[in-house]
Amino acid sequence: MSVSPQPAMPKSWRVESKPHKFCPGCGHGLVLKCLGEAIDELGIQDRVVFGCDIGCSLLSWDFFNCDSVQTHHGRTTPVMTGIKRANPDLICIAYMGDGGGYAIGIGGIVNAAARNEKVTVLLANNTVYAMTGGQMSPCTMPGQKVETAPYGRDPEATGMPTQGPEMISAITGDGAYVARGTTANMRQLKGYIKKALQTQMEGKGFSFVEALAACPTNWRTNAEKTWAFVEKEMPQYYKVGEKKNPFEEKKEAQQNG
Amino acid sequence: MSEKPITGEKRAFMTGNEVVAWAALAAGADIMYGYPITPQNEIMHYWTRQIPKYGRKFLQTEDELSAGFTTVGGVLAGLKAFTATAGPGNTLMQEPLSMAEMMRLPVVTVVQQRGGPSTATVIYSQQEVTLTTLGGNGEGMRVVYSPSNHQELFDYTIKSFNTAWKYRFPTFVLGDGYQAKMRESVTLYDPEEKGITFVTPERYVGKPGTPGVDRDPGHYRNTYNTEEELFEVLQQHFADFEKMAPEVIEYSQESVEDADVIIIGHGVVFRGVRDAVKELREEGLKVGYFRPITLRPFPAEQLKALATQGRKLLIAESAQGQLARLVKDAIYGATAEIVPMFRPGVGITTEQIVAKVKEVL
Repeated sequence: MSVSPQPAMPKSWRVESKPHKFCPGCGHGLVLKCLGEAIDELGIQDRVVFGCDIGCSLLSWDFFNCDSVQTHHGRTTPVMTGIKRANPDLICIAYMGDGGGYAIGIGGIVNAAARNEKVTVLLANNTVYAMTGGQMSPCTMPGQKVETAPYGRDPEATGMPTQGPEMISAITGDGAYVARGTTANMRQLKGYIKKALQTQMEGKGFSFVEALAACPTNWRTNAEKTWAFVEKEMPQYYKVGEKKNPFEEKKEAQQNG
Repeated sequence: MSEKPITGEKRAFMTGNEVVAWAALAAGADIMYGYPITPQNEIMHYWTRQIPKYGRKFLQTEDELSAGFTTVGGVLAGLKAFTATAGPGNTLMQEPLSMAEMMRLPVVTVVQQRGGPSTATVIYSQQEVTLTTLGGNGEGMRVVYSPSNHQELFDYTIKSFNTAWKYRFPTFVLGDGYQAKMRESVTLYDPEEKGITFVTPERYVGKPGTPGVDRDPGHYRNTYNTEEELFEVLQQHFADFEKMAPEVIEYSQESVEDADVIIIGHGVVFRGVRDAVKELREEGLKVGYFRPITLRPFPAEQLKALATQGRKLLIAESAQGQLARLVKDAIYGATAEIVPMFRPGVGITTEQIVAKVKEVL
């Protein structure tokens, strides 16, 4: 009997582009594993259009056996919106980091959310601009030392970190799905991503999942400290959970009725 | 589903923006993405009024970045998608259009030029020539048509969709606020009845079958890992552009054989140029004109052949030398004298051109 040394890859992953190009310990691979499994379980590989941003997420342009488009920094949401509007049968997924999503791309996300566009945004929050070498991002934690805040982020000077799901749940209409998951709880994260995709498949509204993810390269942390930051420190400010869930609303309505 | 927007020939008296909307309908454009900016707004107004009848779509976005990038998305999905903009909007639009250039996406953009730089005027100029022909952080791999009247606005808007989809370079119709807002006679027609065959658009994403099972996935990128990799990709773009150029270059010229002065003008300014040549010829003066219709690729060889010793090239434009730069680049090495007539952001009349020619003749 032979035992594979590797855990099984999601079926929708493209074997030819593996091993992937992310750094050892990077959170992107985990988020994309959850996404791959969600695509497999929903059986939508033939309908998915995967759009990736610029930043480390750009490395996922040939990650899936799905049609994929690498866009510009902060512009993935509008490109996916344009595709979805042109062909509503496709399942459009915009994948990005916290810099691309919450800084340069926030205008696109806020307006797509406000219009309740039937697209899914999946955002990996690792608290830094990683591809460019670890500058401060909208999600850098107070006191966290990064290249452009070498003495630690000072909220007095730079504000508090952006809380994306909280903001987006406030501006989306009925039917939207908004959640924050974490790579420290893969089963839960996959469930959130699946519900986000179902929201799009059923035409309910905008769907958004933030995933807390690690960047040991730029955090300059060993395995233990990396994991402690993701599992313990980040969730103190970034509360994990569902912020808006059209499936729950339905259940509640049924219960109340 | 839907009837044809135009059957037979229809004589109409309408604004240039309305002409563009009808042209896009007649060309079979499927979807427009746009953001309000003067003087192109009425393109969206007329488009949104007409489209329910013809099953076409529209999305108003939050800015020109998104208008451009959603148009890119529409093209990726395989639709004839277009947008329209002007001035500061054109500046923002250069980012999505550079992506279209890199990924060879046939995005069609109508630009109705207004004054610049900055917000300037909402009225008129020819100051978006450099931006539209060479904008973005690239090499200007795009086609730019400069129509001079409403009939051409109709003809070239229709043509731009075919050029874009045939050659897969972003294609522009470069109008201006005067053409956008004035009313003029125009003959609308169904292009297919005129023997124009539409180039069929193609899906980049969402083709039939499961990627990795029935077909390869469409993987489209604009980032490259090494200098050499990018260099190779660009060489192919340049080769395709060079091969395309003789097929798309358009220009017109008149009375140039014996001319002492050749007036060069494009777009709405060409009207004054054409009439000035007519008047001056009637007076017996040896004056002709050369008018580039495509500003990119530019009819360089054709113009250079005229730029001979002892001749004067009078360049009339509503900008401070943006057309002149294209001309100088085209005729480099020729010995004709260049006479500038630059009026940035204001119109140029026949009388002004006639007076200028008499001054230099």
